[in-house]
Amino acid sequence: MAKVLMKGNEAVGKAAIEAGCRYFFGYPITPQSEVPEYLSDELPKVGGTFVQAESEVAAINMVYGAAAAGARVLTSSSSPGIALKQEGIGYISNAGLPAVVINMMRGGPGLGTIQPGQADYNMAVKGGSNGDYHNVVLAPASVQEAVDMVMEAFDIADMYGTPVIVLADGLIGQMMEPVEFNYVPREGIPAKTWALTGKGKGERHNIKNLVIDPDDCEDWNHEHFEVYEKIEANEQAWEEYLLDDAEYAFVSYGTASRVVRTAIGYLRAEGFKVGMLRPKTLWPFPQKGFDKWNDQIKKYLDVEMSMGQMVEDVAYACNDKNKVVFHGRTGGNVPTVDEVVAFGKEVMGGGK
Amino acid sequence: MVLDDKRVRIITGHYGSGKTEFAVNYVTQLRKQTEQKVAIADLDIVNVYFRSREKKKELEEQGIMVIASSLEGSGVDVPAVSGAMTMPVTNKEFQYVVDLGGNDVGTLVLGRMKPLLDPAETEFFMVVNTYRPNTSTPEGVIEQMENLEYASGLKVTGFINNTNLVRETTAQCLAEGDAILREVTKRTGVPVKYVSYVEELLTEELPEGLAGELFPMKFNMRKTWM
Repeated sequence: MAKVLMKGNEAVGKAAIEAGCRYFFGYPITPQSEVPEYLSDELPKVGGTFVQAESEVAAINMVYGAAAAGARVLTSSSSPGIALKQEGIGYISNAGLPAVVINMMRGGPGLGTIQPGQADYNMAVKGGSNGDYHNVVLAPASVQEAVDMVMEAFDIADMYGTPVIVLADGLIGQMMEPVEFNYVPREGIPAKTWALTGKGKGERHNIKNLVIDPDDCEDWNHEHFEVYEKIEANEQAWEEYLLDDAEYAFVSYGTASRVVRTAIGYLRAEGFKVGMLRPKTLWPFPQKGFDKWNDQIKKYLDVEMSMGQMVEDVAYACNDKNKVVFHGRTGGNVPTVDEVVAFGKEVMGGGK
Repeated sequence: MVLDDKRVRIITGHYGSGKTEFAVNYVTQLRKQTEQKVAIADLDIVNVYFRSREKKKELEEQGIMVIASSLEGSGVDVPAVSGAMTMPVTNKEFQYVVDLGGNDVGTLVLGRMKPLLDPAETEFFMVVNTYRPNTSTPEGVIEQMENLEYASGLKVTGFINNTNLVRETTAQCLAEGDAILREVTKRTGVPVKYVSYVEELLTEELPEGLAGELFPMKFNMRKTWM
């Protein structure tokens, strides 16, 4: 398929359709409203169903229902709307159902601002709902990567029976970039033999959330964690940018990583041996990537559009909290290239 | 020469056509070509990012009057426009550029201005990027044009061939856009007025005989890392 120029929000909608998603339940919120706008036009054309629910809470529970019925289903929102969906995400996680949730993050907390942010890291990665659970969290840094990750998210969700969160931000949602759509499904995605499709003459299927007996509930948790172990073993993804001779490495994801990449160009031109380890999965965090470079890297320079929510994960991954330094902007602001260059020089020496 | 266009230039197009980048470059050129007062209005009530009002300071420093929302701030997500938008229409000392919001919904804002517009001194330019899914064929362009005309009550007076894939743009892109827009011109009689491209992206020679005046641009809205 030839390249077209699309806005991130439209492109993720199209990616979902290409990946076979035919159900969207959501509620508009800036800066992701083009996702429902696009899908309200396009889903009916392919025999799909678009519902603008009365609230985010209603939407996520419609997702729960569609997932239980075996559908590929999507919801999307931006930060405060995702906060509203947390209860439903917990229920879907506990039921072990596949679903995809897109978050085009904006500045918070609370209603915050409509400008881009990355301060929902903890909500997504640490779990904003109650109980012991994880969701796979994918972090795209371009419109093309958002497209690819949305397609992959449906496969991962079906593979392991878990919600997958695509954690982007308002800039990825709003910016135009050239994209192409090449969906090739993974091999080995299990059939949804458990789906609630009407018993007929077949077996009784049961999707539930309440586990009254504590021993049963504990067993159930352990079963979830066996799945999480497999995900941690198989699904860690990261990019290594100019690390071969690097003594210092930025750690940054999404939009912030684009600013960092440009800043690295300037720092390299001045002779600094610096690269970037860019997590593409935030859960599972790319421990394997860090294991590979920890001996060589003197300091990790964490750059985020938050007050440093990823710092603890970087410190854990490099097993030395003294190796991690942080620079961030928050509340809807994006760090500038100059700012990141100055931060780099301050850490690596040669700062003024 | 942009100064040769009619005094009030309304620039429209589906979102993603590159309308704002064109409008900002256009008004900058206009400023260089005249001693008259120059104003740009950002009437975008559809998009919330990448609006020309983000460049208010840079434009004002060049001596361009910027009219945006009556509510200040990049984070204001309210479809408010300033009452000042009609002033450069009636005050003929002004050369005026209007950056209209994306698609037919965006053009509704013009309702406020329309009774004051004199067709003899008004351009209604439609910016087209044929790599955008809705305007990738002559039929698509004509449908979008008709939607814009219906919503605004104005007739499109010229197309801007702004066909691009951002940093992946080649000269061939402009030629492809040219072929589609020539067909549109044939069917509608509306000419291609300019063919616009970001200078730093095109290292190769432009194809000969493109319809419209060449309009090289600089990136204003896109940062180096975008």
